[in-house]
Order: sequence, then C-alpha cells, then structure tokens
Amino acid sequence: MFKRKSDSRLVTLDQDAIIQDARRALAQPMRRLFAKRALTLGSLSLLSGCQLTDDKSVNTMLRRISSFNDEVQGWLFDPRKMAPTYPESMITRPFPFNAFYDIDEVPLVDAGDYQLKISGLVSGKRNWTLPELYALPQTSQVTRHICIEGWSAIGKWGGTTFSEFLKRAGADTSAKYVAFQCADQYSTSIDMPTALHAQTLLTFTYDGQILPPKYGFPMKLRMPTKLGYKNPKHIVEIIVTNQYPGGYWENQGYNWFGGA
Amino acid sequence: MRKTLIHPLWLRLTHWINVLAVLVMVTSGWEIYDASPVFQAIRIPVGITLGGWLGGALQWHFAFMWLLVANLLVYGTVNLLSGRLRRKIFPLSPQAVLRDLQAALRGRLAHDDLSHYNAVQKLAYLAALVDLAVLILSGLAIWKSVQFPWLRELMGGYDDARVVHFCAMSFLMVFAVVHLAMVVLVPRSLRAMIRGH
Repeated sequence: MFKRKSDSRLVTLDQDAIIQDARRALAQPMRRLFAKRALTLGSLSLLSGCQLTDDKSVNTMLRRISSFNDEVQGWLFDPRKMAPTYPESMITRPFPFNAFYDIDEVPLVDAGDYQLKISGLVSGKRNWTLPELYALPQTSQVTRHICIEGWSAIGKWGGTTFSEFLKRAGADTSAKYVAFQCADQYSTSIDMPTALHAQTLLTFTYDGQILPPKYGFPMKLRMPTKLGYKNPKHIVEIIVTNQYPGGYWENQGYNWFGGA
Repeated sequence: MRKTLIHPLWLRLTHWINVLAVLVMVTSGWEIYDASPVFQAIRIPVGITLGGWLGGALQWHFAFMWLLVANLLVYGTVNLLSGRLRRKIFPLSPQAVLRDLQAALRGRLAHDDLSHYNAVQKLAYLAALVDLAVLILSGLAIWKSVQFPWLRELMGGYDDARVVHFCAMSFLMVFAVVHLAMVVLVPRSLRAMIRGH
C-alpha cells in the first residue's frame, strides 16, 4: 500500500468525486437506509465467509451431508447401467498424467518380485504374481476418465473383469467394501456393487501396451462409473472388508462414493 | 387502512432461502470451476470463492444443492397450485415486452404498483426460472453422467454439460446484477420483499 504513495493524489481526487456522488445518491432517506442495509449484509456475508470454512461444526455438517450423498449415490447406482464407450479414434493423445505428486516421483515397481496381495474376507489364493494375473481372461475398453476437477479424457485400458478376479480369489462378495493399498502410498476404497460392475476392470495394459509406470504399472483398477481419484494405480494390496476403509483423498474431504 | 400484501410469506421465505442457496452454490461453484476452467481465459478470483480448496468447495456445492432444489420445489408447487405464477407472469407477449422495454429505456415505466409486473419484468423472472432449471439439470448431468444418460445426451455429452452449466450460471449472474440495479432504483421493492407490503 505504502509503495503507491506517488498515486495518492490521484486516488484522493477520485475519492472526493465518489463521495460527492454518493452523498447526492443517498439524499433520499429510503436509499440511505437501503445502502446501510446492503453494506451490513455484504460485510456480514464476507465475514462469515472466512469463518465458516474453518468452523468445526460447519465442517461436521458438511461431512455428514457428504456421507448422506454417499447413500444417495449408492441408491442411484444401477449395476446394469453402462458408461459410454468410444471408438479408438477418440482416445485423448497424449493421455494426461495425473497424481498427487509430480511425474518424476512415479514409483517404479519391480515386475520380477511383484506379488499382488489380497486379504480380508477371502477364502482363495492370497498372493498373485504378474504372469498369473496376465493369464486371466483379458478384455479391453475405451472409456472416459472424469476427473473430480472437471476435465475428462478418453483412454483405452485392458485387463481382467474385477468381478471375475474377486470370484477366483474367493472373495466374500456380500462384504461392503473393497480397499486398495498402492506402491505410491495412495489408498482408496469402493462399494461392492461397483466392484462387481461389468465395466470395472483390473487393468494391466494401456492402449495395447503393458501399463507404463506413469499410468500405474503394474495395475490400475479402472471404473468408468467413478471419478478419477477412485481408480487406484500401482496396486499392491486389495482388502475385502466390512469396516469403512476411507482413502487418501477421501480422508481429506473428497466424497467417498465419487460416482459418475 | 391495512396495506395490501404484495408478496405472501411463502414467497418471501422461498425468495431469501433461494438467495442464500444461490450465493453458496455460485461461490463454491467458482472454486470448483477454477480447478479446471472450461474457458482458459476465464478464471475466478480466489477472494470471492467459497470452500478454501476443491474438496471444501465440493462439500459446500453438494450440500447446498439440496437446499436449492428443495426450496425451488416448494416455491414451484405453491406458485403453480395457488395460480400465482399464471396470474403474475401471463399473459406475456413479445409486443408487450418491446413496448415496456422502450418505455423503460426512456425512463417512463411506472413503478407505482409493485404487485403488478411489467412485461420486461415478467420475461426476466420467467427467464431466471427457466435458467435455474437448466442450471440444475446440467449440474445433474455433470454429477451423474453415467446414471442419467438421457440427461447427458440432452446436454450434448459430459464436456458440453459443463459449458451449459457455466453459461447458465453466467446468465443467472447477469439477471442478479440487473435485478439488484432495479432494487436500487426502486428501493420500496426491497421492503416489499422483506415485509410483504
């Protein structure tokens, strides 16, 4: 403010003119009253604006409504409804890299000693090597990735249907949640109906090539029925559970269901 | 003599609840918009957004959407069933709008009876209502693009639904600015919206 001293004369002149104008305009009593009220209303809303975001009770209320919105989305979710698929010509090139860290911090998972662990409410095989996963029936899909920020991009992911994988691992599909732990310290969790959706794939390839590290090597769970942050990359452990697992972004305030 | 009621209580209540809901929806919506602007050249100054960060803004947006919709449902139902909407807005002809617009621009439009809307006013209120409907439907298409495929296609796909949502918000802001300017010109109208007469 003090740096602008040279401009102060100009500013004073302007202020005088404005005050004169305002005096004239406020001559009418009703207008004066209105302006007073408008000022009070305006400043009140500004004040409360700053405090509202920090207030604990307001935060609790917002989180509760977000949980309520999880319920609503679970109820709205129709397992038979498919996300649109697109021709390969519509794939976004280059497909954007997106994570909570920069591209030079992408974890490099060693394919040789990698094992996917599945734990919790499962009765079958608990450790899976990459060749074993690649041997499962494979399919691919061109779908739209929708980011919580609003942008979207179309990509092609290939892998095995997640419901098929869960079945083979002997997962209890009556459990409420499936949680994911990732090599980049990311975590997220999803509802069972979405886990069993026909378009939910445990993917190992992107655009016909083995999933490159930037897109989540060795695997990414791809769900076109959910927002981007619900699609974990570099998965190392899958947990089938009835206890609410939360997730990296969800614990900070992103909506848990995150359905599209 | 008792003053005649211009705005019934239900209308005043729903009006001010709508003001609150729209204020929160718009300011939190701006914060969400800034996370990935639809138009690269248009960014909203952080100082006038609500939520602090994207996650906070989304919480506000998806909480107050319920208030906005529930309130509009009450407003719409009472307005239709009481016949007030039909009485106040219709008949509305393009000729009447042009005539009143010319009168308004020449400063010759009378405001002596606040319970009677001129044709420009009628059109503006009707447009604001239609715009709110477009805002809500495009928002629903963005939020649930997979669950409501017909709505998504109506908006021209997911990406275009965001454009529609932004344009409808912009139109509502233009309406709000003109609406407030008119209140400044005819301050009695503010008193009527608070006290009813």
